[in-house]
Amino acid sequence: MDFSFSKEQDLLRKTVREFVEAEVAPMAAVWDEEDHCPVDVFKKMGELGFAGVFVPAEYGGAGLGYTERAIILEEIARHSAGLAMFLMTHHLGVAAILEFGGEDQKKKYLPDLASGRKIAGLSVTEPTGGSDLGNHQTTGELVDGWWVLNGRKCFASNSHLAQVTIVTARTGTDDKGRQSLTAFIVEGGNPGFAPGRKENKFGLRVSIMGDLVLNNCRVGPESILGGEGRGQRVALSIISEVGRAGMSAISLGLLRACLEDMVRFAKERKLYGKPISSLQAIQFSIAETKVDYEAARLLTYRALALKDAKQRCDVELAMAKYFSTEAVVKAAKRNMDNMGGYGVLNDYPAGRYLRDGLAGLPSAGTSNIMKIIVAASALA
Amino acid sequence: MNPMKIAVCIKPVPSPDHYHQVGIDPETKTLIRQGTPTVINPLDKNALEAALQIREKHGGVVAVVSMAPPFAEENLREALAMGADEAYLLSDRAFAGSDTLATSMVLAAAVKKLGPVDLVLTGNESADGGTAQVSAQLGEWLGYPHLMHACGLEVMEEGLIRVDTARENCRVVYRVKLPAVVSVVRTINRPRFTSLMGVIAAGKKPLTVWSCEDLPVDRCFLGLEGSPTKAGDIYQPDLSRRCELLDVPPEEIAGAILQKIRAAGLQL
Ligand SMILES: Cc1cc2nc3c(=O)[nH]c(=O)nc-3n(C[C@H](O)[C@H](O)[C@H](O)COP(=O)(O)OP(=O)(O)OC[C@H]3O[C@@H](n4cnc5c(N)ncnc54)[C@H](O)[C@@H]3O)c2cc1C
Repeated sequence: MDFSFSKEQDLLRKTVREFVEAEVAPMAAVWDEEDHCPVDVFKKMGELGFAGVFVPAEYGGAGLGYTERAIILEEIARHSAGLAMFLMTHHLGVAAILEFGGEDQKKKYLPDLASGRKIAGLSVTEPTGGSDLGNHQTTGELVDGWWVLNGRKCFASNSHLAQVTIVTARTGTDDKGRQSLTAFIVEGGNPGFAPGRKENKFGLRVSIMGDLVLNNCRVGPESILGGEGRGQRVALSIISEVGRAGMSAISLGLLRACLEDMVRFAKERKLYGKPISSLQAIQFSIAETKVDYEAARLLTYRALALKDAKQRCDVELAMAKYFSTEAVVKAAKRNMDNMGGYGVLNDYPAGRYLRDGLAGLPSAGTSNIMKIIVAASALA
Repeated sequence: MNPMKIAVCIKPVPSPDHYHQVGIDPETKTLIRQGTPTVINPLDKNALEAALQIREKHGGVVAVVSMAPPFAEENLREALAMGADEAYLLSDRAFAGSDTLATSMVLAAAVKKLGPVDLVLTGNESADGGTAQVSAQLGEWLGYPHLMHACGLEVMEEGLIRVDTARENCRVVYRVKLPAVVSVVRTINRPRFTSLMGVIAAGKKPLTVWSCEDLPVDRCFLGLEGSPTKAGDIYQPDLSRRCELLDVPPEEIAGAILQKIRAAGLQL
């Protein structure tokens, strides 16, 4: 067992951190307050290879893996979880095409997406319930050789930005009478496809989230991703292995932010003539946060080692996602507690960490759904 | 124009995030940096950026050179990831404790060994020692003209560069015949961010380690023993804060504070 990162991964983390400290950290609070999504920074990240980190070089990517993707997301989320969410959702669309696309689709879409010239998204959730994937209302019908899509998607990250969105629709029923879903690649500018309402989130601001409306949206059969009737597999595989991995990595960044801020504040804030780091209650909350961070880190990177080795990792990622997202909420509250009244001031990022942590809970599946997956595997 | 060979000297310095771990050896009066994570001296990154820009415009090869303990391989890989073509680590126990004269002698020997080099670039000073002596000494050892405080650099024609140097109230512009040694300041450029593709490429670029044996240097002039510079004293300033109550009437308070500040050695 080797728990260390390679020298290349260490160097990668160092260089990403340098970028984030220079280009992201100074702006993170302003972006959050104004709910501003900095597309220009995304373009820069694209030039540096972040947008296509796990895409093979032949399609214009950096040719690294999902572990390196997590390192990047962790480093960005250390200062702006919202920006990391933007990048992480882009990766969902990219991964769907990479893992389920045919050669033509990969050649057509990946170079622009991997370089960050275009933005991607994956839109599965509908108003009828994200947890209830089998109750899709969006339909796809084959009419005169075109697929005609109708319906409304909700909670789609990058909704108003993506030029390439993977959309699932009900295209029939299987032999057991269950809905069969198909995934389609829908391009921005399609006259039947438009973003709808843009949500005003209290956490993970910066990352745009909203509705997508499909109104007689016509796409050709070459837009089908992964085969007709295979949409559920595309959606579940990408959400569970790329979405949950992304949320875990973002949580690592937030946990580290809480930990580092807690340590700094405890050393600076003086009460009774001494820094509050000398109070055991404060020390304990730092210890709890440190253990949470380390545990989340082990769960996440261990699951990603499996993913990069092309082994099954859905349960491992459900555990990582469940543990790390819940841990952020606890750590962020501890951070605020330790700060007393200062914790509620927007001059500090403490409140933002808590808001971002809470917004991370339902993303890519709620904690209840994670527990159902973990329990099913334990009871199997 | 023929492609140029540019050598950039880089030094690992303690990472600013870990300054609290840096100590001072009371015997040798040198910094104890052991175990402290390092970064490339910030100004050396400006020097590397300047070299990369010249290479991008005119072609050529950029070699980074560092005299440092073996851990500096990490810093050199970073320089390769940023875009340098080849790296040379000058590492030997005999080099430990070298002053600027000994260091510049070793660097000069390495630069000579690289073959014909058109331009040697360095940062103006290091973030730790901060003597700003190495580049000028390097110029002397090599017998090349040397300029400091470069805030602009441009290749004019074969064998000729224009160097803008920053002075307190003005800029002095030089035309310099190559080969030359130039040390740069922060304002010359903004070092690029390293891409993931750069990180991957760095692993495949050549990194050569040279020991004392590989370089024509006289051991007598190396290390702590061979270094003529002996620091008289070196100490950590006391940065603790104190509260002092001034028991004077309100109209005299400003004057009393000024007096205190002057007494503490601050010229106002
Ligand atoms: C910031 C953010 C970004 C998002 N980005 C995207 C995106 O890019 N693309 C996309 O498709 N979706 C996205 N989503 C949607 C997300 O996947 C859903 O919110 C999530 O799947 C939950 O669905 P829901 O909100 O409809 O809640 P529901 O499914 O309605 O759940 C309501 C409650 O019921 C519980 N529940 C449901 N089923 C069970 C059960 N079987 N047992 C016990 N409890 C249960 C849930 O845990 C929850 O507490 C995003 C969400 C957020 C918050």
